Amino acid sequence: MANKVTMFLKDKLLLTWRGVIKENPTFVLVLGMCPTLGTTTSAENGFGMGVATMAVLIMSNIVISLIKNLIPDKVRIPAFIVVIASFVTVIQMLMEAFVPSLYASLGVFIPLIVVNCIILGRAEAFASKNGALDSALDGVGIGLGFTLSLTVIGAVREVLGSGAFFGFDLGCADYMPLVFVLAPGAFLVLGFLMVLFNKFLKK
Amino acid sequence: METTYFAIIIGSIFVNNVVLAQFLGICPFLGVSSKVETSMGMGAAVTFVMALSAVVTWLLQTYILVPLGIEYMQTIVFILVIAALVQMVEIVLKKVSPSLYQALGIFLPLITTNCAVLGVAILMIQKEFSLLQGLVYNVSTALGFALALVIFAGLRERIEFEEAPKAFQGVPIALITASILAMAFMGFSGLV
Repeated sequence: MANKVTMFLKDKLLLTWRGVIKENPTFVLVLGMCPTLGTTTSAENGFGMGVATMAVLIMSNIVISLIKNLIPDKVRIPAFIVVIASFVTVIQMLMEAFVPSLYASLGVFIPLIVVNCIILGRAEAFASKNGALDSALDGVGIGLGFTLSLTVIGAVREVLGSGAFFGFDLGCADYMPLVFVLAPGAFLVLGFLMVLFNKFLKK
Repeated sequence: METTYFAIIIGSIFVNNVVLAQFLGICPFLGVSSKVETSMGMGAAVTFVMALSAVVTWLLQTYILVPLGIEYMQTIVFILVIAALVQMVEIVLKKVSPSLYQALGIFLPLITTNCAVLGVAILMIQKEFSLLQGLVYNVSTALGFALALVIFAGLRERIEFEEAPKAFQGVPIALITASILAMAFMGFSGLV
């Protein structure tokens, strides 16, 4: 009995962990590039975007896996989009109310969570074929992978560009090249982090 | 909001280029841009859809969402309208102009998930443009998208023949190239 329970837990843990390294949405699947590049001007913004996306992903995965048998196959994509858009609207209103400064700095990228290919991709590839628990865990794993990637990219850009870490001033802001916070820095940092990921983590 | 049409056009093609400065539409930028020809097709399809979506979303926002006080439905309404619009364009093109459909057809389904279309529709509303200003804004943004795509495709055709280190191959080297291209486009900043 106990053996079965540990097996079950191990299974679920592996399912969740898969999204963090092996199927990392940013570095391996290369999905959701727009928010990845657009919102990572600081570690805090990247983290906030990651968490918002993760919340939408988990909830839409759960709901889609629950209603998957009710949706006719032909209209499943529009149906998925409506579910996702509803949760995005909920998150948007919550963020506007409780974290207005983050809401302002993420701007147009919050409504754009709707068209984040990661979420529709998971709905189509995973949640429409699996049960609610597995889909929720898949959402947690992929969401964690996305949040982690965005936070790392944001932290690197913030340290290199504005000499701070999570808003904490490292005292060298005057010597740092501002370009890392601007558009070219986003492409450059993501490109080189992907090289490091390919070199050391990808099997 | 006082903005001249000239400023909108130059601003959205060069200064605030949709791909290289605002990070919208990165997926087709990285995915479709391996050949100059296909990226021209994609650019044309996006321009077409964006011009239509500008008019439709502007009318919906002004005459339905705002009078009813349900602006919070914006995200859901816009994405559904854009998806339906793309579908409709596909059907109409197939009937009316098979040759144009041949050229643009394969790109149309991809446009629904192109965040540039939804993003620019939302930005247009946020900037409080009039209908004509919004249309000009959307079309010139799409032209900026096409420009970035074609330039980038030209670069990638060259990169393919170079041997990059293994870890750099594919997306990383493309991103680093895009970074240099973005730096070049930063030269336009302050123009408008």
